[in-house]
Amino acid sequence: MIPAGFEYHRPTDTASAISILQEHGDDARVIAGGHSLIPMMKLRMADLAHVIDLQDIQEMKGIEIGADSVTLGAMVTQHELITHDGLAAAVPIIREAALQIADPQVRYMGTVGGNVANGDPGNDMPGLMQCLDASFELVGPDGTRTVAARDFYEAAYFTAREDEEILTRIMIPVPAAETGQAYEKQKRKIGDYATAAAAVMVGGGSASVAMTNLADTPVWSEEASAALAGGDVEGCVAAMLDAIDPVADNRGPVEFKKHVAAVMLRRAIARAMSRAG
Amino acid sequence: MSKMHVKLNVNGREVEGLAEPRMLLIHFLRENLRITGPHIGCETSHCGACTVDIDGKSVKSCTVFVAQANGAEVTTVEGLVNDDGSLGVIQEMFREHHGLQCGFCTPGMITRAHRLLQENPTPTEEEVRFGMAGNLCRCTGYQNIVKAIMASADMLNAQKEAAE
Ligand SMILES: Cc1cc2nc3c(=O)[nH]c(=O)nc-3n(C[C@H](O)[C@H](O)[C@H](O)COP(=O)(O)OP(=O)(O)OC[C@H]3O[C@@H](n4cnc5c(N)ncnc54)[C@H](O)[C@@H]3O)c2cc1C
Ligand code: FES
Ligand code: FES
Repeated sequence: MIPAGFEYHRPTDTASAISILQEHGDDARVIAGGHSLIPMMKLRMADLAHVIDLQDIQEMKGIEIGADSVTLGAMVTQHELITHDGLAAAVPIIREAALQIADPQVRYMGTVGGNVANGDPGNDMPGLMQCLDASFELVGPDGTRTVAARDFYEAAYFTAREDEEILTRIMIPVPAAETGQAYEKQKRKIGDYATAAAAVMVGGGSASVAMTNLADTPVWSEEASAALAGGDVEGCVAAMLDAIDPVADNRGPVEFKKHVAAVMLRRAIARAMSRAG
Repeated sequence: MSKMHVKLNVNGREVEGLAEPRMLLIHFLRENLRITGPHIGCETSHCGACTVDIDGKSVKSCTVFVAQANGAEVTTVEGLVNDDGSLGVIQEMFREHHGLQCGFCTPGMITRAHRLLQENPTPTEEEVRFGMAGNLCRCTGYQNIVKAIMASADMLNAQKEAAE
């Protein structure tokens, strides 16, 4: 389990990281917590000549809680998401979801930026961010742009991010006070990716519903969300089952995954509704 | 690939060495520094036998490049003994409550339990089980590991009270 050799860089600001990316093109990749990238490098599924460590870039750290929006630095770890009380008060579903990712050791290292940038359909944060209607700040050689989480994912490991761009921050609108939120995940064991997971927000006549690991991207469904906003739970589940596209793998055949998807979604809806006020 | 100069503090001691950036921290600890407490169980980020403490975080050292740990403070199970070299509280409680059988998982268990009790000195049994979920044991069935950690919490709290 030894990865191929590489040259290691540890810049202290975003601009330097981008210039290293520009200089080495395809041969270079940034590393955040490394808990998706290093396993891939050990398997030699990722072979990089240059690894750019983001850990010393202060401007990519920190959690800011505003009245209308929450901003997460890309380098905020899952452990920090869990232990930040202000965040848990403003957007409780983030802690609830982060607690269901991997295990304690992985959560100390894994970052929210790495989780959303990775593009693995198994990652939990992308679906959550689509449910929350978050947007991602991307900084590249040509400047800064913002892409909605709902427009970011193109296919497994393909996103709207260009190779020379770095995802620096995540902006999340604070849900209205009456919104009930819930994240439900079925996994085979601790530390496993989801067989199916559901993120639900509902209350005050609006709703948002997204699911994880049931297609090659996260699935946010406008139709399912609209049905739930109107109080139609069965319509919401039916629309979501229509929108997902699971494939058979070692987590089970397609029929089973659809069954688990419906169970997770119904549980998340019931819990979110019980919290709406 | 050229080697880089790395410098870390391991168990309170400054250590330096040359290593390829791709070298995993667990290999650097075991092979270069001969600190063999942390074990390699799976080498795929799943078992927790390689757990060490890096700057106050429990980390699987098979999933960190030595380059990433450059400049960090690292604690392994060897660093958790008392100043006089006798077993530290958590180590002693694992012994007393039979929290180990073959002992392969034990260094990772103890190092993780150390951080867990730093963050939560009065955990419930459920919190111990949740907090230890990244460490696998093939022998004990976990019951005595949980007992040992609960007893460690009591003992550490009693020591703290006595010192105050
Ligand atoms: C045993 C185990 C179990 C796990 N279980 C789960 C789980 O249940 N759910 C889950 O969601 N995840 C799980 N993970 C993955 C874990 O959460 C990862 O840490 C996370 O997916 C990636 O975050 P990272 O900071 O480690 O990113 P890295 O591994 O450092 O990077 C991942 C990818 O994203 C890119 N990248 C990282 N940061 C940026 C950035 N700021 N801008 C642009 N590109 C960037 C990297 O170049 C790389 O391609 C698990 C991991 C392990 C080892
Ligand atoms: S050897 Fe590192 S987690 Fe198993
Ligand atoms: S005591 Fe043998 S693996 Fe835990």
